[in-house]
Amino acid sequence: MKIKRPKLTLFERLYLPALWNGFKVTLRHFFSWKKSEVYADKNEGYDFKATLKYPEELWTVPKGFRGAPYLVKDQNDATKCVSCQLCEFVCPPKAIRIVPPGEDGAAADRANAEKLPKEFEIDMLRCIFCGYCEEVCPEEAIFLAKDYYEGYDKDKMRRDYALTGTSRKEMIYDKEKLLELGGVHHDEIRKWEKKQKDADAQENFPVND
Amino acid sequence: MDFWLISLIKICAAIFLVVLPLVAYSVLAERRISAWIQDRVGPNRVGPWGILQPMADGIKFILKEDFTPGHVRKVYFWLAPAVAMIPALLTLAVIPFGSRLGSTDAVIANLNVGILYTFGIVSLGVYGIVLAGYASNSKYPFLGGIRSSAQMISYEIAMGLSVVPVFMLVGDLNLGAVIDYQKSGVWLAFKQPLAFIIFLIAAFAETNRLPFDLPESETELVGGYHTEYSSMKFALFFLGEYAAMIAVSAMMVVLFFGGWTLPFAGLNETATSLGMGFLQVGIFIGKLLMFMALFIWVRWMLPRFRYDQLMDLGWKRFVPLALANIVVTAVILYFWR
Repeated sequence: MKIKRPKLTLFERLYLPALWNGFKVTLRHFFSWKKSEVYADKNEGYDFKATLKYPEELWTVPKGFRGAPYLVKDQNDATKCVSCQLCEFVCPPKAIRIVPPGEDGAAADRANAEKLPKEFEIDMLRCIFCGYCEEVCPEEAIFLAKDYYEGYDKDKMRRDYALTGTSRKEMIYDKEKLLELGGVHHDEIRKWEKKQKDADAQENFPVND
Repeated sequence: MDFWLISLIKICAAIFLVVLPLVAYSVLAERRISAWIQDRVGPNRVGPWGILQPMADGIKFILKEDFTPGHVRKVYFWLAPAVAMIPALLTLAVIPFGSRLGSTDAVIANLNVGILYTFGIVSLGVYGIVLAGYASNSKYPFLGGIRSSAQMISYEIAMGLSVVPVFMLVGDLNLGAVIDYQKSGVWLAFKQPLAFIIFLIAAFAETNRLPFDLPESETELVGGYHTEYSSMKFALFFLGEYAAMIAVSAMMVVLFFGGWTLPFAGLNETATSLGMGFLQVGIFIGKLLMFMALFIWVRWMLPRFRYDQLMDLGWKRFVPLALANIVVTAVILYFWR
């Protein structure tokens, strides 16, 4: 390969233009208190450059971000999980542990479901945030937390890239904590409501006899 | 007895109240300015705007393990950091940092061969780095040591030659006399711009600052001569570098920018009151800080020179230029004075 070596003029060889250009560039950056443009729309009002002042200024996760898996409730404040244990089964690092209610256990707190988990634990230290649980869940009851569900509260956005705790025990999240962190899933499809409607329609279908 | 006591007070005050805080805060300034230039935020956690960061750094350096690798030459390994730090502080002894403070001269040692003393001590600075390179007994420090000895010896010549015209004009080697000569406000930087530029660039090379930081070049030599050092020994090299920057900035202020004088409001005359004396010390430190800012800014502005370019610049450009400057100044002085 032949590298072009441009012939420098005497002025350029004096190194002065290089000095001046270097000064211009550094001066421009020195006084550029511009915000980062990457998440400009998400971080209005924050005053930062290329780096964030981390705990005060938070990174807004992009679409498709895989945060920590949490359980969600439906719009009627009922647990969606039916304790089918598919996520426990599929979980590669075996981070999920589910105890089903058993024969005499509590009934589900919603129609169209037989049961709900007695205990549901996720060891966040084992979890690899792969998203298999979310993918496998037939009830859409577990989600890798991100901010982009409908009607999210901007001030209460969950930043689940910063899971912290002071002990191993603290990092095992139980059912109550998972449900609380997961919040309400703003499901647009509402599978069971539709099925209920269909069933009702079936029941009331006018039959000529 | 009085002389000893006053000198001791002046030394302690100059080192512990002026130089070391200046060193600490120029490190912080360097970190903040570099951050701003690189679109970062910089250290801002310790105290408001990070102003207590130097304390945190100091505590960290002291508490860290002082590890001595098994393969080093111990005596020189221990000696080198001190040898790197001390010359920089010794240089400051002859710098007149003000006119008078009360009844004493604002200079620690009023030598009549000030500049010779300075160059003598400055040339000792290379020993710290060479010793560190030799004592570490491994590749990177060795290369750093070799580079630094060649670089510092080369640029010392250009530096020494560049100040000769200054003293031809002044006619005295005492640094106080140099300041007296510039009292009118016609600073020697205006009378001898070429000498100033050569001195400035040689100063960058002498203090191992970018664009001439080849002895330590982090990217290729992994820190160069201080690769094997940790804890307070490393900190001494670090402090030594900044103390050397302060010393050489002080030299430039004295030689080319009128020292503690300003050509108005009577600030160019020997102070008669204590307040005036401190004001002149303030002026001196202000000028010095301008040079420190220049040192810091240039570090984040220019890339490192290649080694042959560095040598080329030193020997083939600056030494002849400085010699020519001497000859021209001599001829002008012969005919016009």
